[in-house]
Amino acid sequence: MNDLVLHLDNIQKNFGGLSALSDVNLQVEEGTTHAIIGPNGAGKSTLLNVCIGRLKPDAGHVTFYGEELTGRKPHEIAQMGVARVFQTPEIFPEMSLLENVMLPAFSKRDGAFSMNAHKLLSRQGDIRDEAEHILEDVGLQEQMMTEAGSLSRGDKRRLELGMCLILKPRLLLLDEPTAGMSRHDTNSTIDLLKKIKSRGMTKVIIEHDMHVVFSLADKVSVLARGQIIAGGTPEEVREDPKVKEAYLGGAH
Amino acid sequence: MKIGTMNDLTRFLIFAVVILAMPVWLDPLGGNYPDLLQKFAIYGIFAIGFNILFGLTGYLSFGHAAFLGVGSYAAVWSFKLFTMNAIPALMFGVLFAGALALIIGFLSLRRSGIYFSILTLAFAQMSYNLAYSVLTPITNGETGLQLAQSDPRVIDNMFVEASAGLPSTNLFGLTMSGYPGFYFCAALLILGFFISMRIFRSPFGLMLKGIKSNQNRMMYTGLNTRPYMLTAFVISGMYAGLAGSLLAITDPLAGAERMQWTASGEVVLMTILGGVGTLVGPMIGAGLIKYFENIFSAFNDTVLAEMFSYLPDALVELVVPVVGLFVGSGWHLTLGLLFVVVVIFLPGGIVEGVDKLVKFIRNREKNVGGKVTPQDQPGE
Repeated sequence: MNDLVLHLDNIQKNFGGLSALSDVNLQVEEGTTHAIIGPNGAGKSTLLNVCIGRLKPDAGHVTFYGEELTGRKPHEIAQMGVARVFQTPEIFPEMSLLENVMLPAFSKRDGAFSMNAHKLLSRQGDIRDEAEHILEDVGLQEQMMTEAGSLSRGDKRRLELGMCLILKPRLLLLDEPTAGMSRHDTNSTIDLLKKIKSRGMTKVIIEHDMHVVFSLADKVSVLARGQIIAGGTPEEVREDPKVKEAYLGGAH
Repeated sequence: MKIGTMNDLTRFLIFAVVILAMPVWLDPLGGNYPDLLQKFAIYGIFAIGFNILFGLTGYLSFGHAAFLGVGSYAAVWSFKLFTMNAIPALMFGVLFAGALALIIGFLSLRRSGIYFSILTLAFAQMSYNLAYSVLTPITNGETGLQLAQSDPRVIDNMFVEASAGLPSTNLFGLTMSGYPGFYFCAALLILGFFISMRIFRSPFGLMLKGIKSNQNRMMYTGLNTRPYMLTAFVISGMYAGLAGSLLAITDPLAGAERMQWTASGEVVLMTILGGVGTLVGPMIGAGLIKYFENIFSAFNDTVLAEMFSYLPDALVELVVPVVGLFVGSGWHLTLGLLFVVVVIFLPGGIVEGVDKLVKFIRNREKNVGGKVTPQDQPGE
């Protein structure tokens, strides 16, 4: 149960003279939901970008189930089982919801390259069934054939979550999954994420909304000015005076 | 486009029938002569292949004429060295164009957007200039590559004694000029359309569309985009090679001007005019441009004067010079205006225009049936 899924070891990342991350150490255990909180500009998104290979750290290592991630290409990291929900939903706006969810499944199956132009989409029944199932999970099955671009922002996020879920990732990274959502949408997203949690998927979640953090997270790490200043269970972190000063006190 | 292949068989059959019946329905339009019909089919293949790259992945190549040219040269060399049969010429054309596409694609696909376009353009212009200068032993430079009485034609000469005069290209004895030539091209066009349709309807095609729509998302779901892009590039290069070899099969000579950038631009125009990313759009665009080029350019003032002879003489003298600007050597002007209109009002090309028209008529019928007068419709 306590296998290390993600291990960030002394990660350092500078943009010009600005140090975005300095000596960040983070350990995410299997089956847990690990929240990363911190004021704006603390380096939270940079941290995720380093994990998925969008940015290369200047120093330090990222390992995933003991395997080195640093220096690997984004598609290789995705193939290993790391999926990410972005802050602004990355979807295929001109395609139907069904196609949006089927495509990642094809990426996963044929990502390394397999020539399949001789097959027909209409013969991909298993992937279609799976996609419909996922759409049901995220509550979008009724709009299956609508164009993704016409969805509301909240629904786009849900769709993107579905696109990640069909990959059956071993680690799911969520970048502010409820930002810009109404209270009602936020609550339904929390329920959805809890449902996934009960299936034992490991998650790292970046969030501003404390309500979301305290209802989902098993562990919380606090990032401020590129450094982890505190970590532990949500209760421990809430009581930590350093956190109060840097986050709750400093930001508000 | 929605998933579902219900109509695809019908669509394919309609396409095949329309293409094969071209001599019939183009007759009243003045387009029923073999040379033009062959051009329709050949440039249709070129544009359909181009659309596999540009329509699906959104990568705009500005150098596809290079593959067209290589296809022609390879075909003529096959005539010169081996046999006048069309099949080996075809295979050589496709093969060499594919090989060149592999090299150019490998290098150009390292960049995207405008940089990709510029790279392909640069490679095509390089090929064009090489064909004119350094490669003269292969391409015969400015004169163009032609057949000669002294050509070895190894395979043909094993079976029959060379006769006096130049032999003509054939398909196992059937001469490849005139209508047989057209039907040969048409058969290949229909095959090309079928393959393109399969690609559009396959996971491969959907992934290419995904790359066009959101390359990041494809990457972060585990797709290695590079080999897929390269495959699409090579396939469309092979279509161009096929078209090039057919140009040589119907008229056995190859010149470097076939590789010039204007030829690359023409296929871009065809695709955009007909409808980027649609199945039949490129064919419509190719047909339209070739029709304009051959029919409109043939009109001169005498023809126009005859056409307007029902008008009073004074009016004829006024109308003919004005209309004359748009036909004859001015056909480019008409094409340009048409292009501007399509791009501004119908970014999805002529296919989108037809779609809109069909929807409009259907709505109108529905509303008339539902006791709503057309005048009540908004937007009319």
